[in-house]
Amino acid sequence: MPRSIQGRLGAAAASGVYGGLALLLAALVGMFEQFAKRPILAPLAGRGEPVTLDLVLLLGGLLVIGYLVARRSAGPDSIAVAKPVPELAAGLAGAAAGLVLALYVLTASRIDLTGILINAKPFLVDFLSLGGGAGPAGLARPVLAGLLLALAGAGLALLPDRWRPGVNRGLMAVVLLGTLQSVLTRQVDWVTQSRRAGGLVAAVVDWVYANKGVAPRGVLAILALALALSVGVRPLRAGLERRFRRLPADQQVRSARLLRGLRVTLLLCLLMWLPLGLGTYPSDVMDTVGIYILMGLGLNIVVGFAGLLDLGYVAFYAIGAYTVAVLTSPASGIGLGFWAALPVALLVSIGFGIVLGIPVLKTHGDYLAIITLGFGEIIRILAISDALKPWLGGARGIQLIPAALRIPLRRFPLVGTMDPQLQQEMYYPILAAVGLALYLAWRLRGSRYGRAWMALREDEEVAEAMGINLVGTKLFAFATGATMAGLGGALFASKVQTIFPASFNLLISINILVLIIVGGMGSIPGVFVGALALVALPELLREFSDFRLLLYGVVLVIMMLNRPEGLWPTAIARRELSSKEAPSA
Amino acid sequence: MNILTIRGVTKRFGGLTAIDGLDLSIPASSIYSVIGPNGAGKTTLFNCMTGFYTPEEGEILFDPGSGPVDLVQLRPDEITRLGIARTYQNIRLFPELTAIENVMVGLHGRLKASIVGVLLNLPSVRREERWAVDEARRLLDFVGLAGKGDSLANNLPYGDQRRLEIARSLATDPRLLLLDEPTAGMNPNETESMIGFIRRLRDELGITILLIEHDMRLVMAISEHITVVDFGQQIAEGSPAEVQANPRVIEAYLGRGAAEELAERSQAARSASREG
Amino acid sequence: MLETLQRRRILPARLHITDLIMGVVGLLLVLLIVYGSIRSLAIGKYSGVQWLSFVVAGLVQGSVYALIALGYTLVYGILRMINFAHGEIFMAGAFTTYFLAESIDGRGWLDAHPFLSLIAMMLFAALVSMLVAVMLERIAYRPLRGAPRLIPLITAIGASFFLQYTFRGLYGSGVERYPRAEAFKGDLMLGSLAIPKVDLVVIVSAVVLMLALYFFVQRTKAGMAMRAVSEDKRVAALMGIDVDGVIVMTFGIGGALAGAAGVLYALIFGQVQFFMGFIPGLKAFTAAVLGGIGNIPGAMLGGLFLGIVESVGPFLFLEGLGVPSPNQLKDAIAFTLLVLVLIFRPTGILGERVTKRA
Repeated sequence: MPRSIQGRLGAAAASGVYGGLALLLAALVGMFEQFAKRPILAPLAGRGEPVTLDLVLLLGGLLVIGYLVARRSAGPDSIAVAKPVPELAAGLAGAAAGLVLALYVLTASRIDLTGILINAKPFLVDFLSLGGGAGPAGLARPVLAGLLLALAGAGLALLPDRWRPGVNRGLMAVVLLGTLQSVLTRQVDWVTQSRRAGGLVAAVVDWVYANKGVAPRGVLAILALALALSVGVRPLRAGLERRFRRLPADQQVRSARLLRGLRVTLLLCLLMWLPLGLGTYPSDVMDTVGIYILMGLGLNIVVGFAGLLDLGYVAFYAIGAYTVAVLTSPASGIGLGFWAALPVALLVSIGFGIVLGIPVLKTHGDYLAIITLGFGEIIRILAISDALKPWLGGARGIQLIPAALRIPLRRFPLVGTMDPQLQQEMYYPILAAVGLALYLAWRLRGSRYGRAWMALREDEEVAEAMGINLVGTKLFAFATGATMAGLGGALFASKVQTIFPASFNLLISINILVLIIVGGMGSIPGVFVGALALVALPELLREFSDFRLLLYGVVLVIMMLNRPEGLWPTAIARRELSSKEAPSA
Repeated sequence: MNILTIRGVTKRFGGLTAIDGLDLSIPASSIYSVIGPNGAGKTTLFNCMTGFYTPEEGEILFDPGSGPVDLVQLRPDEITRLGIARTYQNIRLFPELTAIENVMVGLHGRLKASIVGVLLNLPSVRREERWAVDEARRLLDFVGLAGKGDSLANNLPYGDQRRLEIARSLATDPRLLLLDEPTAGMNPNETESMIGFIRRLRDELGITILLIEHDMRLVMAISEHITVVDFGQQIAEGSPAEVQANPRVIEAYLGRGAAEELAERSQAARSASREG
Repeated sequence: MLETLQRRRILPARLHITDLIMGVVGLLLVLLIVYGSIRSLAIGKYSGVQWLSFVVAGLVQGSVYALIALGYTLVYGILRMINFAHGEIFMAGAFTTYFLAESIDGRGWLDAHPFLSLIAMMLFAALVSMLVAVMLERIAYRPLRGAPRLIPLITAIGASFFLQYTFRGLYGSGVERYPRAEAFKGDLMLGSLAIPKVDLVVIVSAVVLMLALYFFVQRTKAGMAMRAVSEDKRVAALMGIDVDGVIVMTFGIGGALAGAAGVLYALIFGQVQFFMGFIPGLKAFTAAVLGGIGNIPGAMLGGLFLGIVESVGPFLFLEGLGVPSPNQLKDAIAFTLLVLVLIFRPTGILGERVTKRA
């Protein structure tokens, strides 16, 4: 690590160049152009154009470069360093990043790159030069913007610890709320129309948002709220905790239990109400998220608990879906109902879990990953082939799969006059399945089986020397994971009613793997966090869908490099993290 | 009575014979050491006894008191459940599990909860789980790790890791405990306390101890019987005093030249004294 | 009976029921393949010349697999990691060179100097792929050396997706038609066997590249350093070898071979797109495993073998079993082969290294 001032500045400039290249790459794959249509911030006093997401991301990127560089050069050993070094470093990095963009502007305005790079359009020159065009202004503007924004970022980074998290969260909330404007307003409109209720919510939404983007008053309100929450909540919470401690022990236990019961009941009520309260499209998104959570819980057992990196997990999803499809679709002439077919599907999934588990018993790590990937591909190729077409329908798949549930919702109070759609009805069996899987995962984790899995993950040979039967333990993990994926597949088939082999490609396995890694391998709440971040968000933000896999890749690499324990690590990993970070804070 | 009898065990790796027709009898409730130079086949012997290697020839009879069983036919986990536990030369804990979880993994084979029982959360399962936690705490206390149950195994200091590894193997309720260089990397003080600790294992828990060691002081201080192996063969056997006096042992440890020199010197001394 | 066999040490002393199941399944598969082959030959749908042309097609395809497989094997030999993103490195070279090929073709040089253009294209592709590979190592893999095994593997999966979709974003998602020189069109007749001229070009180029690599590894000082590092990194470092440099070089050479292979691949199929690296990458990995991963001649042999099995297999094994359109299942055959090798002979055909904790 270069620790001289020159060394630090050199490293900062290099970071700036890397950051600038990253922004340029984002530009060249077409991200900014795609985002140019989404307004985030409404103009001051209602005049002019709103600030759109592309600009927010570009400027935000420069800000983040300054923030990170300043954080790094103000590291634990900064006491000996002269005061303005972090700011200097950040400014230098920002200017370097801006210079990279300026160089692109210079090049692209003279040479036509569109023959090779499809996104190197004139728009990009205009955008990256911040409206300065190909002239000297176009070169000066990005550099200047980089310098100023990075300095702003440094200012943010050097805020006292008391204020910084609040400001950070506030800024992120503004961007997120701006991005979600269309989704939110559409939703609020629907609720107020269908129910003549929710007037207050509608009023708040109207106040926060301008016609296009978050209104300036909304920005201020969100920032103030975030600050108040992060600064104000901590002492409030500490006070409550102190008062709670003063209670007698038995009362502590009783009130804690009561509180937990209350929370669970409230959460359950909310979950039951959601699809009816939000309508068809959000229900559809929640169904998808639910199925992913279900499979995430299953794969978390295989990968997170037992450490068996299964890249062919989609096979069991396909098996569950196809079993239900074959048994229930009129095309095959068996014509069972969904609930009669479900147990069969689960048994078949368990069976395949064991059958495909046996060959990989003796392989480890990379080899296991590749074999399971091979199995996943073989199953998909077989499903698409002419050889099994009479049964599985080849590439055309299976149609007319009946729905799992038809609820006469009209008869229930509070539902109103709405006619529930399939997406809303399917939510309930999916919710029940997720609940069941959650319970299974939670019970197993705290039992001797869960401990055996974790021992296996840590050191297979020693686990065996501790009296753990490797064959049984591994097959049990595969079978449990397969059951959950099979259940997910069965529900999926019933929800979409037509299945094709193309729905069961490797990407599904990767998606689920990414979501449990992002959430935190081995962490049960992490599965929920991961699914919300990686399935719900992209569903809601359609522009992102083009870059979904690219971003997955980036997220995976960055997570592995910087935070392999995930966003919501297991309790133990979290404690380790805080003890690691404590000395530096 | 012998708790373990090894007859004619041979283990080859390709062309290399790591153990060559080894015989060994370990009396119950003794502290027994196997010593020998590096690469003499000691750890291979442990691996054969715990089922990680299958010897090509010979039998390994284990008699925990209910009649002898040949271990050659068994898997490692079956052998552990019969009552043999081991530690490793380079400590092998489950690094990302807490100390108490490490010990509870050792209890695995003694817990009876079925899958259905676990999923239904039956009272018997809850009772057993509570027992397991208590038992694990008790074992941690016994090895001197009271109050450290919630630290990650990886973060414990070296000496504590050794102790935790022993606590974990004790959790399997062994009749015979195999310790692979338990004092490797320890300073004299730590070694001293480890000697006392090993004695306690035998005296208080009645566990037979089989040691592999390099540290001669430890071996001589603690063992009741010693077997010396070299090139996979037994070259001496007996009490510490007998083994120390054995010329083949000196040769194996100090090299042929040294042994001859020693013999010459003693001869020279003898003739000199005769002349004088 | 089992027990007496075990006691006499004819069968392993400890046989698990799952071992028996695997044995039976393996036996059934072999029987099925033999039965299928006999039936296919008995039906006589294809003539001897046709079988021969299947073999040639397999060799061509296989030589490309072999070149890619070398990258897997070289990196595995040194770092014991599977560079899952290697297929994307292959794609990067092939896809980028498309633009060079277009402009060469546009100027009429492609037809005027077919061999010179081919060499220029392969060099360019090799350079691009080498750059991508070296950057990948520097940014994603180097900080993870010594991390638990799953972490670099997951990183590699992430990198693979990142590269695929970055190139999709840069060059577009369409399928681009690769130009082919006039001189490489048409067949060469060998008796009644028609061999496309392209196939010959591909095989010869691949063989030249493989020989060059073999010479480099066996005869040059840098190759010696590479072998030393693959034996033991620590000792090599003590001997004064720059281990980081060797690792970068290994990624670079593997990448360059993949890039050159990309041009050959594009020459055979006449098209490129951003997703083209995935399946060949997997196949090449299969080839590397077949030959014994970490083993250089093994990767070459494994690639050729896989190519032939894939091309002949569907018609030989499956046609006779009455499977309709067997060629759809050629990828399934390749993956089945991979699974079988990993299970029954994880050290591969030529592998001697016992990969205990692979």
